[in-house]
Amino acid sequence: MSKLKKAIQDIHLSDVSQKGQRGRGRGEAGSGAEISLHPLAYLLVTFFYLLLVVSFSKYDLSGLLSMVLYLLILGIGREIRLREALRHTWPVLLLVSMVGIANPFVEREICWQWGEVGISYGIISMLTLMLKGIFCVMASYLLVMGTGMEGICLGLRSLHLPKELVAVVFLIYRYLIVLLKEAERMVLAYKLRAPGQKGIHFKVWGSFLGLLLLRSMDRAQTVYESMLLRGYQGEIRGREFRGSKGRSVAYVCLWAVALFFLRVVPVFELVGALLP
Amino acid sequence: MIRIENLTFAYDNRIPVLHDLSLAVQEGEAVGLIGANGAGKSTLLKLLAGIGGDYQGKAQVCGMELCKKNLTAIRAKLGYVFQDSESQLFLSTVYEDVAFGPRNYGYTGEEADRRVMDALKKVHLEGLKDRQIYRMSGGEKKLASIATILSMKPDVMLLDEPSVALDPGNRRNLIHILNEIRETKIIASHDLDMIWDTCSRTVLLCGGRIVKDGSTEEILRDRKLLEDHGLELPLSLTGRG
Repeated sequence: MSKLKKAIQDIHLSDVSQKGQRGRGRGEAGSGAEISLHPLAYLLVTFFYLLLVVSFSKYDLSGLLSMVLYLLILGIGREIRLREALRHTWPVLLLVSMVGIANPFVEREICWQWGEVGISYGIISMLTLMLKGIFCVMASYLLVMGTGMEGICLGLRSLHLPKELVAVVFLIYRYLIVLLKEAERMVLAYKLRAPGQKGIHFKVWGSFLGLLLLRSMDRAQTVYESMLLRGYQGEIRGREFRGSKGRSVAYVCLWAVALFFLRVVPVFELVGALLP
Repeated sequence: MIRIENLTFAYDNRIPVLHDLSLAVQEGEAVGLIGANGAGKSTLLKLLAGIGGDYQGKAQVCGMELCKKNLTAIRAKLGYVFQDSESQLFLSTVYEDVAFGPRNYGYTGEEADRRVMDALKKVHLEGLKDRQIYRMSGGEKKLASIATILSMKPDVMLLDEPSVALDPGNRRNLIHILNEIRETKIIASHDLDMIWDTCSRTVLLCGGRIVKDGSTEEILRDRKLLEDHGLELPLSLTGRG
């Protein structure tokens, strides 16, 4: 399977939002009407998590580590494999890992000596910043994989964000699919007429990209016309929430308490202290 | 239901692709729009749906003048099935896509559910309501795109090449479904056998002009007329079908 096809498939898989649906086989996604928890609940918990993660000081590495528990619990609960998650997010993770890479050269004061090896404040702050970035990316990834873009849009609308803004978020997401599909078609057509050639020759990159842009815009226009013809007037009216509001509120409250606990109690430090 | 008088249309003020067309379609009629490539079939359908652009002449759809201020009201009564199902279906699952129209027209809860299920039953896709669109076959996608329109319960259906890319089984199924739909239909197609099976009236377009407007039997049996305008007799009438 080509990388483009795989990317399109991955985007569609993120549409299969709720827990348990991932394993339904041949593209069954569960009724769009059945959402057990309001997407706003997932959205609020993720926002709260992000806020708490960035609130750690740059030397509080042991405290920050306890925030990984949220990601582990959510990942296991939503049946998302670590390998799959890393494959999807590695370019972004690589980028966020670069933040603070210069810190060891700036802050050289040793804060912890382990035998011959001294750990400087710079290394601690670099690791903390790296982890903060990684945790934020993974939490956002879990939100998208668990709730789906349509769910996130429903959540954003529940927060009374302007409908135009939510529609833009949704349409950009859909345009991405259109763009990838057009790119897949063009690459396939190129490969079939250029056997033995590895990749696309750099001489045609310019015209290839230009044509890709024009074709995808043309296609996006047709999709937009299709939306207009079905009554679209600037607001995405996605799936409806018919689950329990009480359960959604309970979900937010429980996670808020749990996350606050993880924020104030350095779990790993405590476990380390208990060890002989 | 649809009335156009002396309609002329050109893309970007260039050479007109539709010249001085006049046509009236009554309620419940099934009209086949045939013609060679570039005859103006799709352009005419798009104009009637209000996505073509500015035109000269008069056009009325469902008793309303086809102009910008009436577009929302007209589109609420009109369903358009695109030639390419990929353009019609843009949400994640069949259910979501079929529910898109009703939700935009304010139907929620059980009413939206009922409309979706009724539409899916009509195209025999009720078992695939939770199927992800990208995992569907071409035939299933075509039927799903028809369901997206049926769920809006339109008074008029405009179908652009509905049988394209369908295998014989799915094509036969589509013809059966189209015959079950009682609403006014205009079907633009090169598939003259399908037009023969679904439309009582046919309009032959050539170079943006109406060459012949009459009963399907009369037009599709006229070998010379069809061949003069880049078409051929339907296979079912040649003895080869």
